[in-house]
Amino acid sequence: MALLEVRNLHVRVEEREILKGIDLTIGEGEVHAIMGPNGSGKSTLSYVLAGRDGYDVTEGSVTFRGQDLLAMAPDERATAGVFLAFQYPVEIPGVATMTFLKTAMNAQRKARGQEELSTPDFIRAVRAAADKLNVTQEMLRRPLNAGFSGGEKKRNEILQMALLEPYLCVLDETDSGLDIDALRVVADGVNGLRSKERGMLVITHYQRLLEYIVPDFVHVLSAGRIVRSGGKELALELEEKGYAEFTAAA
Amino acid sequence: MTMTAEPRTLRTKAEEALAAVFAQSRAALPGGEAVRARRNAAFSFFEQFGLPHRRVEAWKYTDLRTLMRAAPPLAGPAPAALLAAVAEADPIAGLDRAQIVIANGVYEAELSDLAGIEGVSVESLAHVLATAPERVGRLVDDASDTMVALNTALMQGGVVVTVAAGARVARPIEIVHLTAGAAPVSAYARSVVTVGEDAAVRFLESHRGTADLAYQVNALFELSIGEGARVTWARLQAESEAAQHVTTFLARIGARVELHHVAVNSGAALSRWQGMLDLAGKGAHIGFSGATMLSGTEHGDTTLVMNHAEPGQSSRELYKAAVDGRATGAFQGKIVVAQGAQKTDARMMAKALLLSDDAEFASKPELEIFADDVQCGHGATAGEISDTELFYLMSRGIPRAEAERLLIEAFLDDAIDVAEDEAIGIALKGVVSAWLAQRR
Repeated sequence: MALLEVRNLHVRVEEREILKGIDLTIGEGEVHAIMGPNGSGKSTLSYVLAGRDGYDVTEGSVTFRGQDLLAMAPDERATAGVFLAFQYPVEIPGVATMTFLKTAMNAQRKARGQEELSTPDFIRAVRAAADKLNVTQEMLRRPLNAGFSGGEKKRNEILQMALLEPYLCVLDETDSGLDIDALRVVADGVNGLRSKERGMLVITHYQRLLEYIVPDFVHVLSAGRIVRSGGKELALELEEKGYAEFTAAA
Repeated sequence: MTMTAEPRTLRTKAEEALAAVFAQSRAALPGGEAVRARRNAAFSFFEQFGLPHRRVEAWKYTDLRTLMRAAPPLAGPAPAALLAAVAEADPIAGLDRAQIVIANGVYEAELSDLAGIEGVSVESLAHVLATAPERVGRLVDDASDTMVALNTALMQGGVVVTVAAGARVARPIEIVHLTAGAAPVSAYARSVVTVGEDAAVRFLESHRGTADLAYQVNALFELSIGEGARVTWARLQAESEAAQHVTTFLARIGARVELHHVAVNSGAALSRWQGMLDLAGKGAHIGFSGATMLSGTEHGDTTLVMNHAEPGQSSRELYKAAVDGRATGAFQGKIVVAQGAQKTDARMMAKALLLSDDAEFASKPELEIFADDVQCGHGATAGEISDTELFYLMSRGIPRAEAERLLIEAFLDDAIDVAEDEAIGIALKGVVSAWLAQRR
């Protein structure tokens, strides 16, 4: 059974159709990249999968591990195993990072009928994951994303991803705003989470990220449709020719 | 808080009832001839102007002429079992502190715990009114406000607290006001607190009462602080949901004083806190912060005047309100900078979080500046929980209700954190989280 099946997905945002019939199947263990120019609908797809308000699905379906994903609230989707690494992680000044992490982990455990983590177990888990991502104790003591640099925010997203152990990771322009060193740290973190059970959807504008997170499949999104799909070599072709050719084809 | 309305004769039911309460009670109230004369003068001022209403600028958002429908009799001693029930429902049980107990408007020495407060003397207001009445009312102008005048006319008891110069008081001192009864009562407490030069002390003023009882509280504090002292004044209003509550807080602080006032207001069908804070010495600083939680059909009003009178002073105000259901909130804050108060640095910010479509919040910040070399600013916002923040939290598996709670708590706790007293901060935040836990 596929992890994620998107069928003929049409999405409107304020009366404007952004996605015009997306078909996409992600199997367990597969890494798919979606590339496309600005305004092609990449972020819309990521938000629709995560369940953000304001995105109206007018046609089509999304099935995640056999369940109707579109019928679920955002927190239910997360608990079912969908994780969205935000392009712009949200700063929440009054909420401590550790409080947030513990609340999220325990909310998911509770919803799955598991026991809540004890504080020592929680701290141990966070430390181990944070070390791998160069997330310092000092960062963890700060309020959630408040005053974090671009790189720190992205590392914090991957930290959450590592701790929440989702089945499907959606990475929305995780490379944006990162220099090459930060990109390497983030990519290493993501690669460390690749596994036989876990699927990934890597959304990006540039081919650069895909040198570090090597996808199994690449799809080109243009004007709300997937206009071409292929292997990882498609990314190189795009880099060479640019999006213009594909945009014209759409 | 100057009365500007035309004199009038009493005419609402509550005003008539107050006249009856005064007539019945005045002979038994504490104090000799001089005090009695003061009470009579204050009451005739009240008779002249009546309850405050919307055309009195300081009461613009809280029209007591329509909101106060009755005036229950002055409270007698509370029935022991009812008082014990209120005393036991302590919302800040984890905080170590000395306790001055004021029950139904009167100081109860036997119920109080004055251990660990060396350098502090506590006398009953009734005793001081009888022996040295000039020590009471120094900061009070009865003609400034009819609720102040009513407190002077009807003050039943309270305490006179004196902190010696240089004292370092280890435990925070709670002045707890308990109102208990089987039928509605009114409690009029007055407390006078004087802090000597260079002392360091923390007070916690708190208020609670019999659940569901429609009692009325009119409390007044006079706080004088000598040069160089550091004072934290916390306030916890946790009144019964049917209560009506008015507190007047009058402070006068000397040179180089640091006063941090931090409030958490909850409960009470109707509540009003009004403060007049006079910075009377050079280099004095006041930090004022508050978090008000309103739900159901509650109405809560915080009205503050900050008077900068001398050079080199500073003040910071941060007021936050979470307004749910059909509740209404109001904040009025005025910063006055006198001509000689150069280099004043004063900032005021009021923020409201509206938790339902029917919730309302009004904010009126004002600056009155007569000096030319100052830095003053104010701002006010009212908004809903951010969709973006809520979605971010939910996208990590946190259910909506819990995500909202985290965000509201963060919003309110911010106003407690600025006071920087760890133990009191933890206690007050506990009250915020208890309020959030019982929401819906």
